[in-house]
Amino acid sequence: MSSNNENPPEAAPQRIYFFATCLIDLLYPNAGLAGMQLLRRAGVDVVLPEAQTCCGQPAFNSGYRQEALSVARAQLRCFPNDYPVVVPSGSCAGMIKHHWPELFAGERDEQQALRIARNTYELTEYLVDIVGIELTDLGRPTKVAIHTSCSARREMGVADRIERLVGQLSAVDVVEQERKAECCGFGGTFAVKQADVSGAMVKDKTAALKATGADIVVSQDVGCLMNIGGALDHQGDDTKAQHIAEFLWDRTS
Amino acid sequence: MNQTEAFHERIDEALHNDQMRRNFRSALSGIQAKREQQFPDDAQLQALREQARAVRANALVKQPELLEQLEAKLTENGIRVHWAENPEQANQIIADILDAATAKTVVKGKSMVSEETGLNTYLEQRGIEVVESDLGEFIIQLAEEPPSHIVAPAIHKNRQEVAQLFHRFYPDLPYTEDINQLTETARQILRDKFAHADAGISGVNFAVAETGTLCLVENEGNGRLSTTAPRVHIAITGIEKVVEKLSDVPPLLEILTKSATGQPITTYFNMISRPRQAGELDGPQAVHLVLLDNGRTRIKVDEQLLDTLRCIRCGTCINYCPVYVQLGGHAYGTVYPGPIGIALEPQRLGIDQVGSLTSACTLCGACGQVCPVEIPLPKLINRLRAEAVNAGREASPLIGRGALRNKTEATSWKLWRLVYANAFVYRLFALAATRLRWLTPKKLGGWTRYRSAPKPAKRTLNELARQKGFRSE
Repeated sequence: MSSNNENPPEAAPQRIYFFATCLIDLLYPNAGLAGMQLLRRAGVDVVLPEAQTCCGQPAFNSGYRQEALSVARAQLRCFPNDYPVVVPSGSCAGMIKHHWPELFAGERDEQQALRIARNTYELTEYLVDIVGIELTDLGRPTKVAIHTSCSARREMGVADRIERLVGQLSAVDVVEQERKAECCGFGGTFAVKQADVSGAMVKDKTAALKATGADIVVSQDVGCLMNIGGALDHQGDDTKAQHIAEFLWDRTS
Repeated sequence: MNQTEAFHERIDEALHNDQMRRNFRSALSGIQAKREQQFPDDAQLQALREQARAVRANALVKQPELLEQLEAKLTENGIRVHWAENPEQANQIIADILDAATAKTVVKGKSMVSEETGLNTYLEQRGIEVVESDLGEFIIQLAEEPPSHIVAPAIHKNRQEVAQLFHRFYPDLPYTEDINQLTETARQILRDKFAHADAGISGVNFAVAETGTLCLVENEGNGRLSTTAPRVHIAITGIEKVVEKLSDVPPLLEILTKSATGQPITTYFNMISRPRQAGELDGPQAVHLVLLDNGRTRIKVDEQLLDTLRCIRCGTCINYCPVYVQLGGHAYGTVYPGPIGIALEPQRLGIDQVGSLTSACTLCGACGQVCPVEIPLPKLINRLRAEAVNAGREASPLIGRGALRNKTEATSWKLWRLVYANAFVYRLFALAATRLRWLTPKKLGGWTRYRSAPKPAKRTLNELARQKGFRSE
């Protein structure tokens, strides 16, 4: 793990846009709130544009690109200024950063979409690389397994940021599950269209996680957490699934 | 039954075959570990991938000239070249060559292209005995099954299953589950076939235009025997396998073997340049190459789909696919399974035939990350999904566009757009979902078979954030 001294953070901009994602707004607002509070405590002025809804990913990954474009386009006006856009989800950040350019190619508002794409960060990436956040652990000893979402790992290339953040917490013991890099089987509409395959995949993932003896599974993506946490709960297991932002906030405030 | 239902039926069968799924898990974990040992340095791997991608991309750009050059060089070397547009033509050409040589028995090395054409069945119907000489292919030929992986065709079987299969076909031999003994049995049976076959058929890994050389990668020596012991050798390959220069081969070979099986190099690397010459003691008297198009030229006109043809058939994407490990290759119902199959088969056979394959992917990106020639598989699969539900006006070489569009699904995405493309409508929706959260259904189809149902929060983030004094600007 490299320390901040080797890789000094750029001067943190004073103001950012927080793009909360539709799942967080409706289902896991505390994860979003925790992310915003972590940023605010570190001196960042957080703006949550009211008109935001969804990045368009569900439709884009299902082949409905016109519908995805309409919804993505509606987000553009949420970001009129050139502030960084911080997203508490690897896959939604990946959608904006890597797929908006394809989705908006040749469209009238392509330049605006490209500007936002260039300026988009996943939350843990922003906390580590830009803010250089320093955390003091106030929590009780616990064992944590990290599930790095596929988008955070591959599309965004920021999977190790969770480890770096959790590594700052003195009472947290990180345990590694078997086949860490394997998908949990969520895949958005995949979980509906291929429900049984998805079910088999999440069974394997939860088995690997349970085998670690972790108290908590943390991740950068609530999509994965909804899948893994939902499966653990369905199996009657009390291992908790929590968004990394909420986990960090809980332990440091 | 439509293709989607048929696919689900095969998936259901696979998911209920626990033994097979354990076999896959164990085999693929082993292959992954071996591959990772071969690439200890990320930067070196990346440099090699870029080199391999560039070689393949260059060969595709220059393909028309390279194929002409290949034909000229091979002819000069004394190898007969045949062109086949479709599987029927390829099979006919091979049957005619065998007839002209009065060949009645054939030993085959492993060839996925011959699976595309259904060559074995075609020849057997014409009274020709065909014996697969690759151990894995030999096993599945006995079991009358297609390959379930493009490199390891019998990967779905464990040693007990192979032992039982051998015992059924060769009851005189003592039953054994010892792998060395089983291999020895196959070797004894095949040795006799090699010695007496009239013709040998093989695939090709790289066809070098510069020198007119057919390169064949293998581990068991059966490829070498199939191509040299019988008096006639017929190679069959897709036209995309041509490369420009001999110096293009080493990087491709290196990344192929390391990626596919985790071997630094294979046991055998055959370079076939001509039939037996006067005064030589071995080798076939005649060598033929059948170059099959089968939709490849059509795919090639599309700048994005073209990337599919860079594939060197290493199977690495398959080895890392979290869906394939659950299902195995047969569930896909196509010649090529796994991520490359999902990308290639709807292009080759039509979305109206096998477009449902595109649903068997979480877009996790593992395939794209390991592909040695950097085929953007997730991007291709996403594109195919879009073409599957939308006929579109723009030009596309894909057959059966829009074939999977159904009204219910299209309407739900329209409704989704209605809610999410308008902040005001979304706020109303969010208000209703949070205030009426007790109405959230407890059962959500396939989701709640394996997981608890998610429930909207009491208040949205938007509301919570205002309470905490965050600005909306």
